[in-house]
Amino acid sequence: MDIKIGYYMEVFIQFLLDNCKPFFSSISNFIEKFMLGTESVLLVLPPLIFIISLTLLAWFFTNRKISLFTFFSLLLVFGMGLWISFIQTFVLVIVAGFFSLCIGIPIGILCSKSKHTDKILTPTLDFMQTMPPFVYLIPAVMFFGIGQVPAVISTVIFAMPPAIRLTKLGLNQVPKELIEVGNSFGFTPFELLLKIQLPMATPSILAGINQSIMLSLSMVVIASMIGASGLGSNVLNGIQKMEIGVGFEAGLSVVILAIILDRITGNMRFGQKKHSK
Amino acid sequence: MNKIEVQNLTHIFGPRPKRGLKMIKNGQSKNDVLKKTGLTVGINNVNFNIQTNEIFVIMGLSGSGKSTLLRCLNRLINPVEGKVIVNGTDIRSLEKKDLREIRKKEFGMVFQNFGLLPYKTVLENATLGLDAQSLPVEEKLKRAEQSLEKVGLKGWENKYPDELSGGMKQRVGLARALAVDPSILLMDEPFSALDPLIKQEMQELLLDIYDEMNKTIVFITHDLDEALKLGDRIAIMKDGEIVQLGTPEDILTNSKTPYVEDFVKNVNRSVVLTARNIMIKPSALLYESDGLNVARYKMIKNSFTSIFVVDHKRRYKGIVLLEDVYQAIKSGEHDISSLIRQTTKVSPDDTINDIASDLAQSNVPFPVIDSNNYLLGILVKGTILENI
Repeated sequence: MDIKIGYYMEVFIQFLLDNCKPFFSSISNFIEKFMLGTESVLLVLPPLIFIISLTLLAWFFTNRKISLFTFFSLLLVFGMGLWISFIQTFVLVIVAGFFSLCIGIPIGILCSKSKHTDKILTPTLDFMQTMPPFVYLIPAVMFFGIGQVPAVISTVIFAMPPAIRLTKLGLNQVPKELIEVGNSFGFTPFELLLKIQLPMATPSILAGINQSIMLSLSMVVIASMIGASGLGSNVLNGIQKMEIGVGFEAGLSVVILAIILDRITGNMRFGQKKHSK
Repeated sequence: MNKIEVQNLTHIFGPRPKRGLKMIKNGQSKNDVLKKTGLTVGINNVNFNIQTNEIFVIMGLSGSGKSTLLRCLNRLINPVEGKVIVNGTDIRSLEKKDLREIRKKEFGMVFQNFGLLPYKTVLENATLGLDAQSLPVEEKLKRAEQSLEKVGLKGWENKYPDELSGGMKQRVGLARALAVDPSILLMDEPFSALDPLIKQEMQELLLDIYDEMNKTIVFITHDLDEALKLGDRIAIMKDGEIVQLGTPEDILTNSKTPYVEDFVKNVNRSVVLTARNIMIKPSALLYESDGLNVARYKMIKNSFTSIFVVDHKRRYKGIVLLEDVYQAIKSGEHDISSLIRQTTKVSPDDTINDIASDLAQSNVPFPVIDSNNYLLGILVKGTILENI
């Protein structure tokens, strides 16, 4: 017996390619411009200014320890001569993270509101999260060519599930009494969401943001296989030439970026009381 | 005038509740419905009116349907059948939009667990209800501040709920409801989570606010004391039905069902306690044969202003007052027999209710005397108060 699911998948992808080309190329253009814009702004900035502003951001959202770490570790990256790769990866992660959240959070809200959506989406998310990430690279290249754009797209798909899941979880965990409070005052469903459900779900949503960004970062190295520039391609270089030094330096920079992003997003409290006690 | 009219209201929890409705109408009980269909009857054919500007208390044990009934009044729960007429409009017939309007205008609700947002300050929490209304921000803040002042929380505006005690949290809950200036205040066991002293304080605050503002208050409680203190009228619920509705006086004096009686008995102990339960042993007695100086000595030593007189077999004779003894000593008498007076006698089976008002007006304790005229003990004002 020979079940050819793979064959049908190919047919399906080919069908999309033949019929939706303008759609994909407009997405591709949009993302490309978005990324190039962000990247060139960050590369035009003198590294020191970028380092200081990220340090201040860490200072503002978290604490002194983390901001000091941010400062010195970024100096180290600069010192290793990996600055341009670092910025490219940074932009890739931020843009992919941004799109994952822009799509993921509304879908999470939808899931918490509608049981049917939830029933369809839960298995889809399981599928997305457990499919080996390399597999996303193939259709991404077919639709969007090689370079940064397919890297962003496949990263978004890979990094979105936790944003959806944790948004849904946070909204579902809002105490019933608080929903009643909103309803008893005559809130519309939208007001209820905005004034009560989302603020109450914020810690969980922030955890989702954190997880999404971490997953984006783990996808970055993989995405270098389809021509995404950045630290990932340095790692790939190291592998191909068997140069441990190159690989290690690039790997270390990825770790530094991961720690900075994790600490900052993990400690954010938007509009919430700073934990003083 | 009726503010709220509730007619034939029935609510059944569970999928396809109409099944249960039919059974209930055929006279089957709540338990039958549960057994056959798995549906829970929350409220069963309830009828009553709430008048404008009264405090209407709905009382019952947990599971009696009182919270469900309250939520039917503003349709947080949409009842399966019946009418809830608020200011002449049946709110079951309203579209969602009109329902929201009536909730904004007429209802303020206070919750058992306060329902405060932990990430917002006291002031922001108090403003929450106003967020549904289209008002300028300054106006909202002003009204929230005034409302907080009314409940005694001036100066606490920028604290967070976890910095407040339970009583204060509920004050915020109350301020939030009052800020929208509703004509009806729905209160779902608002003070049940508070300790007794704070609870009393909050009850008094509510009564003050009630005196000051024209509000109709629907108050849910499981505590008869609270119901009696606050309610103009009290409805007692059991198994989703109202078993008695009346003024506190009605409820106490003619309990209509054994259920209500139990309720009343449990709380109002003066109905069940008898003189035998609360009498105390006199620390000194005077004997017929004692002289005046002995009488004076015994009274002064025990700080009595009067003392009971018995014979040697402890049969009750009467009472002697300290002032009479002084007079007699001055005029040179020696015998007490001429000084013995009579006072109200109490049988050991009289209830505190029968005795309390007489005793309260009397200057002397009451003797408790059995059918053989033996003095069993005495009743003083203090012990009655301790036992009620």
